[in-house]
Amino acid sequence: MTLAIEPPKADFRLGMLVYDTRYRGYTIQVIVLLLFLAFLLWLTNNTLQNLTAKGKDISFAFLWSRAGYDIDQQLIPYTNDSTHFRALLIGLLNTLAVAFFACILSTVIGVTVGILRLSKNWLVARLMTVYVEIFRNVPLLLWIILIFSIFTEVRPEPKDFRVTDAMIAAGEAPKASMALWDSVAITNRGSNIPAPLLDRPLGGTTLFTIPISFSVLAALAVIAGSIYANRQFLRRVKAEQEATGFRPATWWKSLLILFAPFIALMLALGLHFEYPVLKGFNFQGGISVAHSFTALVIAISIYSATYVAESVRAGILAISKGQSEAAAALGLRPNRTMNLVILPQALRVIVPPMISQYLNITKNTTLGAAISYLDLKGTLGGITLNQTGRELECMMLMMAIFLTLSLTISSILNAYNASVKLKER
Amino acid sequence: MTTPLYVRTEMLPQQSPPVGERGIFKWMRENLFSGVFNSTLTVLALLAIYYLIMASLPWLTNSVWNAESLRECRDIIIAQSGPEASGACWAMVRVRWNQFLFGLYGVPDPFSHYWRPTTAFALLFVALSPVLYYGLRRPATIMIGTVTVLLVLALIGLRTDVGHIAVVTAVMLALMALAWVAPKKLVWVTVLFPLVAFYLLWGGSIWGPVGTLAGFAIFAGVWWVLQSRLGVVVAAGVALVAAAIWWTQIQTGVTTALHSAMPIELYYVRSDDFGGFLLAFVIGVSAIAASLPIGIVLALGRQSNMPIVRMLSVGFIEFFRGVPLITVLFSANFMLLYFLPPRTNFDLIMRVIIVVIIFASAYIAEVIRGGLAALPRGQYEAADALGLDYWQAQRLIIMPQALKISIPGIVSSFIGLFKDTTLVALVGLMDPLVGVTKIVRSDTAWKGIYWEPYIFVGAIFFVVCFSMSRYSMYLENKLKTDHR
Repeated sequence: MTLAIEPPKADFRLGMLVYDTRYRGYTIQVIVLLLFLAFLLWLTNNTLQNLTAKGKDISFAFLWSRAGYDIDQQLIPYTNDSTHFRALLIGLLNTLAVAFFACILSTVIGVTVGILRLSKNWLVARLMTVYVEIFRNVPLLLWIILIFSIFTEVRPEPKDFRVTDAMIAAGEAPKASMALWDSVAITNRGSNIPAPLLDRPLGGTTLFTIPISFSVLAALAVIAGSIYANRQFLRRVKAEQEATGFRPATWWKSLLILFAPFIALMLALGLHFEYPVLKGFNFQGGISVAHSFTALVIAISIYSATYVAESVRAGILAISKGQSEAAAALGLRPNRTMNLVILPQALRVIVPPMISQYLNITKNTTLGAAISYLDLKGTLGGITLNQTGRELECMMLMMAIFLTLSLTISSILNAYNASVKLKER
Repeated sequence: MTTPLYVRTEMLPQQSPPVGERGIFKWMRENLFSGVFNSTLTVLALLAIYYLIMASLPWLTNSVWNAESLRECRDIIIAQSGPEASGACWAMVRVRWNQFLFGLYGVPDPFSHYWRPTTAFALLFVALSPVLYYGLRRPATIMIGTVTVLLVLALIGLRTDVGHIAVVTAVMLALMALAWVAPKKLVWVTVLFPLVAFYLLWGGSIWGPVGTLAGFAIFAGVWWVLQSRLGVVVAAGVALVAAAIWWTQIQTGVTTALHSAMPIELYYVRSDDFGGFLLAFVIGVSAIAASLPIGIVLALGRQSNMPIVRMLSVGFIEFFRGVPLITVLFSANFMLLYFLPPRTNFDLIMRVIIVVIIFASAYIAEVIRGGLAALPRGQYEAADALGLDYWQAQRLIIMPQALKISIPGIVSSFIGLFKDTTLVALVGLMDPLVGVTKIVRSDTAWKGIYWEPYIFVGAIFFVVCFSMSRYSMYLENKLKTDHR
């Protein structure tokens, strides 16, 4: 005899799809999916109708036709005879160049400011607070335009740098002079910085029409090799310290390992610098950097640095006081407490917002459109779009590229988060 | 037994600490000069402050407020402080103040229309008061009273005619009375505010907004009748269909008939004339208000057990978080009209507002998801144990806590959004930073002015964003219930 009462097997009725919470989920999902598909269908249908009404089609063939416009700043060779695809690449590289420099600069400024804001020095801490509050509460666009106009309106014209014989005879100084021991010229048209040149370069090759210099590759290889050698060296020193309790002096050996090979390579290749010189109406020689690039990098850096500073500060404050007290109880000095106890834990908190800040920096480079910087937005989403009239294709390509960039960065972020996650339970 | 020669019977008065250990000297030694490194920092900071002040002070003290052109400004400065002196020309701000605020709003006769955006702005605070102080009589009344006084002063400053001032004051006083008598009823002002503001800002026939409102009423009515029987989501779907039928098929006929019977209308202002901070606030406030509910729904979708709903939410959120706002704005400019049925045509500001809402809701969704994830699992289980269904649990247990946790994140998204409203300049709208400044500088009287407009606009953005962030910090502290 069994007492267990079987639950009544309710036979399925259609109404249960709506009334029974067990099945309602499926109903809702099916409806949502149908609605979504209908929405997509509606969009595609509208787009096709609109395209036929305008006599257009969707084709990416325009990417291989002649671009016909010039781009000032080009990291790989480009002329106005190159294709639109090449222009797209130039734009992408320009975007990445701004993002790269802005990320480095904002990290440097941001970490410094974030630590100084926690300083015991009252004046410095207040000053940094004022900096952070002012820069993050005003739109980035304003900083970009303001810094750009400082460069273009306040800096002197090239002719003000001229030194004539009459001026030498009269003992007059020119109205303006070059910065950093006569090596950098900043005029209202652009900046010229010294260009590194090699007497005995190693030659080069081209890969998919992108020139590759063996000298640069050699330099990179030497730097990577030195860093690897230095790590090996430090590991051996640590092993020795653990075995004998005595740590030999390492700093000069490390410096030697890190820098001597590079300097030797540069001497062997015959490195020298070409300085900008005033010729005719403008400076010639050296590397000329457009003000739009400089202004964009500086503005994004000082703006994003405030966010980096806040995440650094928050990360350090997030470590409970007990940690530093425990370290002090173990007899660690303040320096080592910071390096061995606080920072390793704080980095876990600091790095994720920092990486998403790098993502923001990359997206913010599109604001260069306001000062006509030819980045991806300027080439593909600007001139190419206007010339070819292919709005749909250009915007879709641009969104796809940015999505790829941001998904790459966020997958790096997720990998990092997984690797530093507290191993609990 | 000998008695001691001397016994001190009373305490000596305490000696004051040495000079270096008290007062300002102690403070300075501890806070500014506690070591070589700190002293160096202090000296460097003082130098930096000195240079900043020396560079900007003469420019600021020589400011001119009364002039009609840049040349006049320069002449006044030279007359005052010598030929080498430079100074700020704030006269530009005084002369072009209305354009910075309103753009070209109501342009043939702007002063007779400025009362509309101003009143809408004041009503915004009335609509906010139940959100900030729900059911609290005193603070709500005080807030509305203050807003009323400021509004009347602003209207007088904008040379509004007496009739409009009287009507507006009467409305505000009525709202104040409502706040005193039944503070909870003010929620209805919040609910109605979007349509009222829309009507005040754009104008046209009153029956259009009324018809739209009727659609919402139909939605709410159908939903209310059906939700107990069909469940929240299905009922909402049916109600939406009913409302959509009203909006697309019936409304136009009814409103046209009503308009010909009773023509009540305000002067219609074209969207192209919106500009300055009016534009920033219209885009910012509507995006903020609309993105919060959409963001909540998306966050719930992302946390949902239903795989299809979850995947769609994740796709939506990640897509819009992955692309820069500018590309989205350019899509509004170039692409949106491709996606809509042929011959649909609505103006750029509406398209921009729509895409900014979509963009912002993706960010808000992520912030709220953070709040949901931070809730302990026990809260969900407790709600289940009490026998609450999904929406009851969300409404009574989960959301109040999750929203509280996400307040800082929500406010910082709002601040970011408000700052990003300047980007609409890049699709050709007249934002205060680029658009209006360009207009001002293209005037021959102000050609060549470039510091003042940026500093002025920047200062206003700073005040708005800074006070928002401080308010969120205050709110965070006030709502903190854990003991630390």
